[in-house]
Amino acid sequence: MRELSELVETATSEIDAASDLAALDAVRVSYLGKKGELTSRLKSLSELPAEERPAAGQEINQAKQALQARINERREALDSAALEAKLIGDAVDVTLPGRGASIGGRHPVSRAMARIDRIFRNAGFGIRSGPEIEDDFHNFTALNFPENHPARALHDTFFFPGGNLLRTHTSPVQIRSMLKEGVPIRIIAPGRVYRFDSDQTHTPMFHQVEGLVIDRGVSMANLKAVLHQFVESFFERDAELRFRASYFPFTEPSAEVDILWGEGKWLEILGCGMVHPNVLEAAGVDPEEFTGYAFGMGVERLAMLRYGVTDLRTFFENDLRFLRQFR
Amino acid sequence: MKIAESWLREWVDPDLDTEALAERLTMAGHEVDGIEREGEGLDGVVIAQVVEVGKHPDADRLSVCKVNDGSGDLVDVVCGAPNVVKGMKSPLAKPGVKLPNGLKLRKSKIRGVVSNGMLCSAIELGLGDESDGIIALPDDAEVGSALTHYLGLPDAVIDLDLTPNRGDCFSVLGIARDISALTGETLRATTVSPIQATIEDTHPVDVVLPEGCPNFAGRVIRNIDPTAKSPVWMSEKLRRSGLRAIHPVVDVTNFVMLELGQPLHAYDLNLVKGPIRPRLAKKGEKVVLLDEKEVTVNEDTLVISDDSGAIGLAGIMGGLSTAVSENTVDVFFEAAFWPQKFIAGRARSYGMHTDASLRFERGVDPEGQARAVERATELLIEISGGEAGPLVVDSAPEFLPKRDTIRVRRSRVSMLLGVEIPDDKVTDILQRLGLSVNQVDDGWDVISPSHRFDIEIEVDLIEEIARVFGYDEIPEATAIAETPLELVTESQIDLEVAATTLVARDYQEVITYSFVDPDSNKRLTDIDSELVLSNPISSEMSVMRSSLWPGMLMAASANASRQQERVRLFEIGKSFHGTLAEHDEVVRIGGVCIGSVLPEQWGSKSQSIDFFDIKSDIVVLLELAGDVSGLEFSATEHPALQPGQAAKIMRDGVTLGVAGKMHPRHGRFFELKRDVFLFELDAAAALASRAPKAESISKFPSIRRDISIVVDDKISAADLISAVESSAPALISTVRIFDIYKGPGIEAGLKSVALGLILQETSRTLTDDDADAAMAAAVQKIQEKFGGQLRD
Repeated sequence: MRELSELVETATSEIDAASDLAALDAVRVSYLGKKGELTSRLKSLSELPAEERPAAGQEINQAKQALQARINERREALDSAALEAKLIGDAVDVTLPGRGASIGGRHPVSRAMARIDRIFRNAGFGIRSGPEIEDDFHNFTALNFPENHPARALHDTFFFPGGNLLRTHTSPVQIRSMLKEGVPIRIIAPGRVYRFDSDQTHTPMFHQVEGLVIDRGVSMANLKAVLHQFVESFFERDAELRFRASYFPFTEPSAEVDILWGEGKWLEILGCGMVHPNVLEAAGVDPEEFTGYAFGMGVERLAMLRYGVTDLRTFFENDLRFLRQFR
Repeated sequence: MKIAESWLREWVDPDLDTEALAERLTMAGHEVDGIEREGEGLDGVVIAQVVEVGKHPDADRLSVCKVNDGSGDLVDVVCGAPNVVKGMKSPLAKPGVKLPNGLKLRKSKIRGVVSNGMLCSAIELGLGDESDGIIALPDDAEVGSALTHYLGLPDAVIDLDLTPNRGDCFSVLGIARDISALTGETLRATTVSPIQATIEDTHPVDVVLPEGCPNFAGRVIRNIDPTAKSPVWMSEKLRRSGLRAIHPVVDVTNFVMLELGQPLHAYDLNLVKGPIRPRLAKKGEKVVLLDEKEVTVNEDTLVISDDSGAIGLAGIMGGLSTAVSENTVDVFFEAAFWPQKFIAGRARSYGMHTDASLRFERGVDPEGQARAVERATELLIEISGGEAGPLVVDSAPEFLPKRDTIRVRRSRVSMLLGVEIPDDKVTDILQRLGLSVNQVDDGWDVISPSHRFDIEIEVDLIEEIARVFGYDEIPEATAIAETPLELVTESQIDLEVAATTLVARDYQEVITYSFVDPDSNKRLTDIDSELVLSNPISSEMSVMRSSLWPGMLMAASANASRQQERVRLFEIGKSFHGTLAEHDEVVRIGGVCIGSVLPEQWGSKSQSIDFFDIKSDIVVLLELAGDVSGLEFSATEHPALQPGQAAKIMRDGVTLGVAGKMHPRHGRFFELKRDVFLFELDAAAALASRAPKAESISKFPSIRRDISIVVDDKISAADLISAVESSAPALISTVRIFDIYKGPGIEAGLKSVALGLILQETSRTLTDDDADAAMAAAVQKIQEKFGGQLRD
């Protein structure tokens, strides 16, 4: 009979040499199975003299445990090797594109408009809208454009038979909102407007955002502040503005606002002013008690500056190659 | 309005360079559109006289001239201008000169002949943009002297974009007056010394409608020299202002209008028949105007008449029958004040727009008529000689504009502008503007000058104070005001969310015009809209769209023609319905899809979109609103859509929109070769929502049972599902179709539908018996309703 130590040594090397789980199990059975070598040695303990049994038994048990541990270790190694091999087979080319739909995009004008909305909404402005087919009263008369006033000629207006028209600005929403809600009021009104003009720098349809704030004690200093803050928020940078005197029938004083752009160049970006008392009266508001400001900005103009678009007309050509840049 | 800086500085000369002056004007509301510099770099251009004109030996169109440039020797110059003649005086650019157009002159041979410079046209010298050859200078031009000296150059032409409220600024005087107010610089005296009459002659003027002509100044001038020419200083001022010198009488009237802002008219006195009568036109009255066009005048329009009838449109344009010509020797000058209410809109109604109507519409100084006639007389006699009769003024002061006292409250100024301006500063500003000012306890009482038509109420003056004070001087102040919070509703899904959802589902937003081609509109909607523009840009943009599809299909088509394989567009915008008298505007969400379901990719087989692809997009959009239990797609007919692939979409009885496959007959019209799928939703209806209401979740497990039934192919899925749902409503929580089969094993005209039922009770665990009972009920219902068979 072999020495126990020799047996352990042989068994250990057989365990280590087992190349798969089946071979490993065969080794286990040959030593630790019911008829295994160690098992039979345990069984034959009874043949030893009583005084030698405990020591011999302990020795065999230790050998058994050592082999079992070695087998477990080997099993884990084989398991993880097998898993590894499987995973290598499962590998994918992660550089291949993902499956499924892609994403669309917003129109740059909508994108700019949503941005303007958000900025003013955050400042507590409500969003209002009005009809695009307007009447003379809301588009002109109530805004202090008397009939035959030369300022009307500056608005190249689309008319319908019977006298209605396509609104030439979003300002009629001022009148509608004041008449409906009264004052104080703090709103913007984004939307489509129309002018009979179509060339390199004009499209017959474009977008404006109107602003109106009426309350007690509202001043031109407040107007200057809100617009300066708006412009800096919209362009996400410090901006130098200049307010220069201008004329709109529905505001007084009126101003046009230029932004310093590039190398000392002033670009006009919006018009504004203090709401004319005649407009307040037309909307049923007492101009002695309430004052306020209004402003109007061209969304395309702002979008062009913000996104570096150089040709206004591309906004309405809807070329996907152009539009996809704005998603 | 174009104004020469040199002319302006004759009236007011502030210590500002051209740029600074322009900036000042812009900031004060007179926007400078451009500055055109003239005469810079023309130092080497001299006045020369052509002494001899010979033919070029080798070029038919060229002449070889001997020219006296004042140096003592005659020089040879080759000239290509057709108008070169012996004896004419013209600018000569000598070698070494660099012209404004960049041309650098050197002594050179032109087709073998030496040329010592170039005789120049106006364009070549940067003096205007018209020319008919080289410039012919008047006889008084001194040969050898610098052209710039003779013409009063260099100068800058300032182009001003004047606002319609400032009629008083449409002249050199007007702008000078405002500059004076802005800078404090003294304005040249505006009075003109009266011309002494040397003859007694007057011409009768009969103002039959004094309110239409409350001030009329006129004068007879006889025996002018009809051969006289306007001097170069005058023709240059006119040219820089954008007008051409024509005839001294006409030039003088134009000059005075540009200088003082008062339009004048000059009649050939010998062609006027009887008294001059300004009056309202008679019905059907006709007049031939200076531009030789005949106008039928409306009864609301003032005309000037004589015994022959109308001889001019007051404040707009004179008539041809009494016009001055090169034969005129006796002249009648007219300067009238036509009130705005008799002028406004009239020129426009005849499709006209003149320098006179522009000014009268905006308001002309009612005290400036006599001054204008005096000035015109002075100039005409200086140029053409002649003898002046006495100045005759017809006036009806009661009809002249009233200038009332206006109170400007100190408190109101600071409140509206948000800045305190010291009293003496305000007083100074008001006085500089030419107002009569009287300081009172709470502010100022002021009366505006006659030339201002834009100062009627307090705020008009506050604007003026702000304008002169400087908008830049007003501080910025964030208002600290409490505003009521806006209502934020859950009854509507925000359009932004809808847009974002469509973007996430691979749709690109477009914005198309609201007015479309009537044919496209009609063919897609069957609507012959009344909402047609009277003055469209073109017939393709003449009718307000009844649907977003016409514009969107044009956009899709344009993209398809640019090799875009997949086109998936959405638009959010209004469609317009109803009549001219009463119309509706409905915000809609439109969609157009062409191409494959997915972009071309390695991981999925390419598959063309069908109805169910867009249906899922629509349902997702509608699911934003929460509950879709009442949602119903039903087969419909629609002019845009292919029969059998068109659905009407409803929720709880409310129509939300339509969807389907575009009818192939429209494909050719829109030049779209492939299948197009469309949807259009009414945004308000489709996005109507409500705050969700929570229900407790069942703690008990659900049971799933599947059945396959064979039914007639025509039975709709919706009907099957609702039948099954209604068979055991307490138990069946969800019914889902997971397969549809037609083909071998199923009789033609029938289909096999596999249904998955989720059974659920909120109060107890279901037993198999419960489930069996529910399934039996479902099968029975199907058999009853549709005669379906359970499939083995």
